[in-house]
Amino acid sequence: MSTPLGSPAMSPTSESPTSESPAAESPAVEPSSTMASPIMPIATSSVPTLCIDQVSFEHRGNRLLAPTTLSLSGCQRTLIMGPNGAGKSLLMRLAHGLLRPSSGQVVWEGQTPVQAMVFQRPVLLRRSALDNLTYALAVRQVPRHQRKALALQALEKFGLAALAKRPARVLSGGEQQRLTLARAWLLNPQVLFLDEPTSALDPAAIKAVEDAVLEFHRSGTRIVMTTHDLHQARRLADNVVFMHNGALLEHSPAEAFFSSPTSSEAAAFVRGELVW
Amino acid sequence: MSPGDNPFYTALTLILSMDQGLFAIVILSLKVSLFAVLIASILALPLGAALALWHFPGRNALIVLLNALMGLPPVVAGLCVYLLLSRAGPLGQFGLLFTPTAMVIAQVILVFPIIAALTRQQVEALHSEYAEQLRSLGLNQLRMMPTLLWDARFSLLTVILAGFGRASAEVGAVMIVGGNIDGVTRVMTTSIVLETSKGNLALALGLGIVLLTLVTLINALAHLVSETSKRRLG
Repeated sequence: MSTPLGSPAMSPTSESPTSESPAAESPAVEPSSTMASPIMPIATSSVPTLCIDQVSFEHRGNRLLAPTTLSLSGCQRTLIMGPNGAGKSLLMRLAHGLLRPSSGQVVWEGQTPVQAMVFQRPVLLRRSALDNLTYALAVRQVPRHQRKALALQALEKFGLAALAKRPARVLSGGEQQRLTLARAWLLNPQVLFLDEPTSALDPAAIKAVEDAVLEFHRSGTRIVMTTHDLHQARRLADNVVFMHNGALLEHSPAEAFFSSPTSSEAAAFVRGELVW
Repeated sequence: MSPGDNPFYTALTLILSMDQGLFAIVILSLKVSLFAVLIASILALPLGAALALWHFPGRNALIVLLNALMGLPPVVAGLCVYLLLSRAGPLGQFGLLFTPTAMVIAQVILVFPIIAALTRQQVEALHSEYAEQLRSLGLNQLRMMPTLLWDARFSLLTVILAGFGRASAEVGAVMIVGGNIDGVTRVMTTSIVLETSKGNLALALGLGIVLLTLVTLINALAHLVSETSKRRLG
């Protein structure tokens, strides 16, 4: 458990950043005991099902999300796609509980799982990289004497060990996003929400984030991620939720979605046309 | 113009002579103002942060009131404290009128709205950046308060300095509740008023230069501390 967990795939420098099928996708799944976050092992199969039931959202009289029903279960990677303003981030915030629905309800079957969220623009405290991680552990009431060791492990895992003492806010955009992923890793989430985590990053940093997402998934975390990048969705998705104009148009397995989308908007989107 | 009429010369002689009377006045000025700023900060920082984080009926009215009180005339604050502490007043039994304690109380009233109102602004700005992440981590407003106050520490230092500026510059309140008693409640600003009214303009201006120098030193120190830690922490 004490050995650095960063696999070669975690390093953003090694591969051509544009390669379509990253190496991390193919290798045999490593034993979950070494992949799990150090706080406690995750039981892979027990991620509670998320039921979004007729959820709508209005702001100052504007309907931003039409009544939407969606169910996410198992340890899957769900990519929420659609053009800007489709309601992707909104749906994710409602699911995570950051926003209260105007009608309908968000229900977890069984116990509400441990969740974490990674935002489009990394939100880091005005402290060192290490202190940003120990802060998250303090919030989750991890005993004080364990915090530093766990935080250092996470920094190591995400290739940030050399930057531990640096102020988090002077790190590069890619390093900052990896730091937020390290923070999420320490929370040991059963469900990880990511809101366009790579939209402001260069290809190498995008690769690092995608590898980290796959790493979370291997350790038994359900992934719910928004993106408007088709290639990224093809690389990562088990299933795809397609949204347009504040409405959910489609929820289907990735292969079916990319080969034969049912709605005309999704078809146009997959072809790479502009959808309005 | 003889050397005695030159305020800069007078200021220099005042400092170099290490005059005991002047020394006592300077120390009392600093003591009263720093103590007032300390107490006001302890009260106003959490209040300002709370005002930024909680939305309740009457919140906007409270914000407007605090902003308005930033412009409270020192003499009015002094008068209110005078009425409270005078023998016949509700707090007359403590015999605080014309003591340094009364001066601290009056200055707290002057400094509190400044620190509270500006803290509310700073914390609200930082909160809009942090809110989603902190709520995602599972923090409620109460637990966000120390995080936001700490992370806004550099801008809050400037806020506190603004409060200190107000305290060290005002004369109306300390004059009324302190009484400018030599050796007891005489501070820099009240001395300047006294010397001006006596016609010792060079001495008054000299005292002014000493006061300004002290305030500049304190601001420089705070700036230095803030800049070094900012460079270290980003």
